[in-house]
Amino acid sequence: MSEYLIIGNGTAAAGCIEGIRSIDSESSITVVSAEKHHVYSRPLISYLLEGRTDREKMRYRPLDFYERNKVRLIFARAVKCDPKKQTVVLDSKEKLRYDKLCLCTGSSPFVPRFEGLETVKNKFPFMTLDDADALEKVLDKDARVLIVGAGLIGLKCAEGISGRVGSITVCDLADRVLSSILDSECAGYMQRELENHGVSFMLGDTAVRFEKDKAFMKSGAEVGFDILVLAVGVRAETELAKQAGCEVDRGIIIGTDMRTGADNIFAAGDCSQGLDSSTGQNRVLAILPNAYMQGHCAGINMAGGSAVFDNAVPMNSIGFFGLHCATAGSYPEGSEIFEERSEGGIKRLYIKDNRLCGYMLIGNVNRAGIYTSLVREKTVLDEENMDKMKNIPSLSIFSQNIRRKKLGGVV
Amino acid sequence: MKRVYVNEQWCLGCHLCEYNCAFANSGIKDMVKALKGKEIFPRVHIEDDGKIHFAVSCRHCTDPLCVKSCIAGAISKEDGVVKIDRSKCVGCLTCVLVCPYGAVAAGPDGAAQKCELCLENSCGAPACVKGCPNNAIVYEER
Repeated sequence: MSEYLIIGNGTAAAGCIEGIRSIDSESSITVVSAEKHHVYSRPLISYLLEGRTDREKMRYRPLDFYERNKVRLIFARAVKCDPKKQTVVLDSKEKLRYDKLCLCTGSSPFVPRFEGLETVKNKFPFMTLDDADALEKVLDKDARVLIVGAGLIGLKCAEGISGRVGSITVCDLADRVLSSILDSECAGYMQRELENHGVSFMLGDTAVRFEKDKAFMKSGAEVGFDILVLAVGVRAETELAKQAGCEVDRGIIIGTDMRTGADNIFAAGDCSQGLDSSTGQNRVLAILPNAYMQGHCAGINMAGGSAVFDNAVPMNSIGFFGLHCATAGSYPEGSEIFEERSEGGIKRLYIKDNRLCGYMLIGNVNRAGIYTSLVREKTVLDEENMDKMKNIPSLSIFSQNIRRKKLGGVV
Repeated sequence: MKRVYVNEQWCLGCHLCEYNCAFANSGIKDMVKALKGKEIFPRVHIEDDGKIHFAVSCRHCTDPLCVKSCIAGAISKEDGVVKIDRSKCVGCLTCVLVCPYGAVAAGPDGAAQKCELCLENSCGAPACVKGCPNNAIVYEER
């Protein structure tokens, strides 16, 4: 019998629990959750404000999840880790022993030092259910909202509240929206869609100073607001890992088996920094599917199995006001870029060394997963199949033999 | 478990499976009322590049990426069948992003949908298989 300890209660933790239980149905699992909530999906908070989901439906797993998996759930914050004694101390003073520890501590909002930020009353990060609840309380049909950050979090927030406030302005130091996932062509397309739905942008510009209900911008402009949302970026939570002697860069360094450098300590999810197989570099890939897969892989290995997760790639599926966008892979210098524009969207494929390295689809995202798998598997295409692939994502680019395995066998 | 398999060499590319699927999942008893003049959202689709054609529907993978990737926890696997709880789905289409077969798509209401083997609709067994005129789509153990 082992004692498994998981710090964190998000997607990676759920994956870890399910990974452990796929091998070991008996040993004790303890989960320490700083948020006093049943496991829920953080990316759903914008849909909650929009009214497209509710607190029940946004549970990531059924209500009896912990009970069914024989998990002890503790609402507390882990404050100390002693890797020699293999113990973790909580802010409640409780001390927990572990045989295997998984750090699923996630990330937290990064707020740069803005002069005068303390004078702003209605200011909110937008990461957690509690953040959404706090923001919900001040939403008002006449409120002017300023969102600092035009990334995934800031823009999903804008969509979520757009029908419930007077105006929304989004500013970002980057010259385009969604700069972490879109090139300027695609970003421009998405920006116009958001503008058509009443969102205003100030790009290449950001707030430098606040005075109660006024932001003073780098450009010299002044923006009045009633609600301020700070969505500048996030930072991996690595404090406990540092104490435990794990190697930490921008996240906790992990191998493809989710082990950190420290004995019996694993890490998974947004707090970790692992292999991006599309570039071969180690980086924080803070996306939900990876969090689950990393957690699941860690769980299996904690329970004595042998799993690797070595084909993670950056990928995102996100929509605004019904306009969908799917992206995956990397966009190396010197790629051939294939672009196709249609009435309702744009497609940009990045091709290098006879492979699809990365893609961006806006509008029609049908069968995007076929492109993602070409990126993930690094499939080399001949000229004929390259042309087919550019046209649409299709299984017809494979040989009949491979297709027979895919569609005629158990996969 | 029994799954839907495609014998590509026998597929005529007639698209009947798409209509039978859309009808079976419509909840409407009359096929004409269910389909005529409407945009259909079948859970099986024919891929056709001019030379070859074949039907594609959910493979009910042993290790389904869609289940692991769903941001809402809306996709699960029960008794081998991969299912979407469409009331939980927020329509982000991450499942479309990850399915290597292109077998998941947005339904008429924006929520994701895919083949669930007609086990819970009035057909009771895959309608695409029943209606395939050349037995190109089969439902069997392999």
